[in-house]
Amino acid sequence: MRWLLFKDLQILRRSPLQAALLVVWPILIAVLVGFAISGGSERPRVAFLNEVPADSRIDVGGQGLPAANVKARICRRVECVEVGDRGEAVEKVESGDVLAALVLPADLVDKINSLSTLNPGTPKVEVLVNEDDPVKSELVKDRINALLAQANLATARRIAVEGSKYLSLLTDGGNLRLLGQSIPILGLRASAQILAAVEPALPPQLRSSLQQVIRFANQGRENLDVAGPLINRLAQPIVVDRVAVGGSSPPLEIFAVAVAATFTLAFVTILLVAGSLALEREENAFPRLTRGLISNQALLAEKVGLGVAVGLVVTLLLLAGLEIFVPLDWGRVGLWLLAIIFSGAGLAAAGAALGAAAREVRAVSLLAFMVTLPVAFLSLVPAGTVGSGVYEAIRIFTALFPFKPALQAMTAALDSAGPSIGGPLIHLAVLVLAYGVIARLALRRFAAV
Amino acid sequence: MRATGIVKRYGDREALRSVSFGAEAGELVAVIGPNGAGKTTLLSILAGISKPDEGEVDAPDAGVGWVPQQAALYRRLTVAENLLLFARLEGHEDPQASVAEMLELTGLGERRDEIVARLSGGNQQRINIAVGLLSRPRVLLLDEPSVGLDPRQRARLWEFVSGLAERGTTVIFSTHDIQEAERYGRRLLVLADGEALFDGDAGALREAVRSEAPEAADRDFETAFVAYLHHRGH
Repeated sequence: MRWLLFKDLQILRRSPLQAALLVVWPILIAVLVGFAISGGSERPRVAFLNEVPADSRIDVGGQGLPAANVKARICRRVECVEVGDRGEAVEKVESGDVLAALVLPADLVDKINSLSTLNPGTPKVEVLVNEDDPVKSELVKDRINALLAQANLATARRIAVEGSKYLSLLTDGGNLRLLGQSIPILGLRASAQILAAVEPALPPQLRSSLQQVIRFANQGRENLDVAGPLINRLAQPIVVDRVAVGGSSPPLEIFAVAVAATFTLAFVTILLVAGSLALEREENAFPRLTRGLISNQALLAEKVGLGVAVGLVVTLLLLAGLEIFVPLDWGRVGLWLLAIIFSGAGLAAAGAALGAAAREVRAVSLLAFMVTLPVAFLSLVPAGTVGSGVYEAIRIFTALFPFKPALQAMTAALDSAGPSIGGPLIHLAVLVLAYGVIARLALRRFAAV
Repeated sequence: MRATGIVKRYGDREALRSVSFGAEAGELVAVIGPNGAGKTTLLSILAGISKPDEGEVDAPDAGVGWVPQQAALYRRLTVAENLLLFARLEGHEDPQASVAEMLELTGLGERRDEIVARLSGGNQQRINIAVGLLSRPRVLLLDEPSVGLDPRQRARLWEFVSGLAERGTTVIFSTHDIQEAERYGRRLLVLADGEALFDGDAGALREAVRSEAPEAADRDFETAFVAYLHHRGH
């Protein structure tokens, strides 16, 4: 069997295109995924046009709030590209230079200030997007919604803080600055204390009325003490308490590495094994080989071994390339090898079944793409994004192919935060046996037709 | 080698109908007949590639070498690499020596490092036969070995095969070229629609043709043979 494996590697070496692809493919994927991952955290470019006059302030109760520095807040989350006017913003969006444009109109602060008047306006910001690309459009919509929610929250908090200050002034007293003047406010607490102090000096018939005023001052202070935290809560009435009750997920970039590695392993292994087995027939060597030189089982085992060996090298090459972009835990290399070997065996067994069924190299290549691509994409559909019935169908369908368990095994091997590796490895072992049996049955008519 | 009462069916169709046949050491036997006569089926059963539905095959212990119609070689490997691979798979103690021996036998020593795909059809067939000989068989089965070869390549091929028979190897080959069978076959087995119509030497076949299709007896042998088959209902 080892000589047959040696022969397959010789043939592989003699096929410059295949050999080059086996080297170039993982490097290319590693570079592309690496850039995608490292570029993923970059902020999207957004054109920013701020027409609001620099000295405008949001006014609460006749008092201007400190400058909110809207631009600084927004530009922390997106890469702001300053534009001079709306026309330039439109041009940049249309050309694709920026993902979107955010225009803060000149009357924005006036409209916000009008909210506390008898004639409230509707504050609006303008977002310019290019809807040519639905995915990009959806992304912009999500980003803008998130930004808007954050802006509303920040404004509400600022108003709440200012409101609390006024409440504090009413209860505890202090100085109110109004129209450049400082007005002393006595406050309910001090008022009650003063009234309590003067009570003994009053005639008895007035004392009961004064006591009512003192009680009112104390009740007012106590209730306003409660109102402060209440106003603060109003700024963000609902908080999210995220509790993970099932599963565990590794960082997104590790998952992306696992996807890239599994994709590469799947394509290299399935195409190589299926093609190599079909080549035995195209070269008319299969009957000669199986006429006493090697059994069908041994031939299948050799092909699976070829797929695992080449897949292992290519996947490790890919992971080494991705290490440039994403730090990987090389201390887990033992688990990587386990995952790659089991995944490679599962995928190679599936490749052998395809190769035995299709029997011609060209048909095999086409079939491998037709099967692998949709299975790979379906394996990436997360729960909850489609109806439960559809997801259940997808889950069962993808469980019949080795891609999903291979992805789970790779994810588990790459990061300790990933799922357990045991289940996927057992799943892959079962698939190796199942596809081995299918390939063995398909080989029965391999030589005859 | 002996085959007795061989029957092979593909669904309802009988590809071989109780064919019995034998060959002695050093004999060169041609299995002839029109397309679909059952020649390849018979050879593949003798080679052990497919099993008969009925009947028995008695093959020598030293084994049977089989050379398929199309070269069963790895075209991206060199001549020597192909021979070395099969010598190793055959379990030869000194595979390199076996390669040298086969290169000597085929006369392709100078082309040992050439990729098989770049060889002519005739040379590919010689390597194909050499691989079949690596098991050092007492019987060599050749399925239409001269198909696609030009006359010069064909002549060299038959010179090579005749040499093998002279050295004691039993050679059984199939062909639909009646003149080739007459020229190189010491015995001819005529198959038509899975039935063995004739088993004897070329002279006896001419006699049989003359007696059963006298109207074509004076024509060339191929025409007379076709008339004979027609006369026998094929």
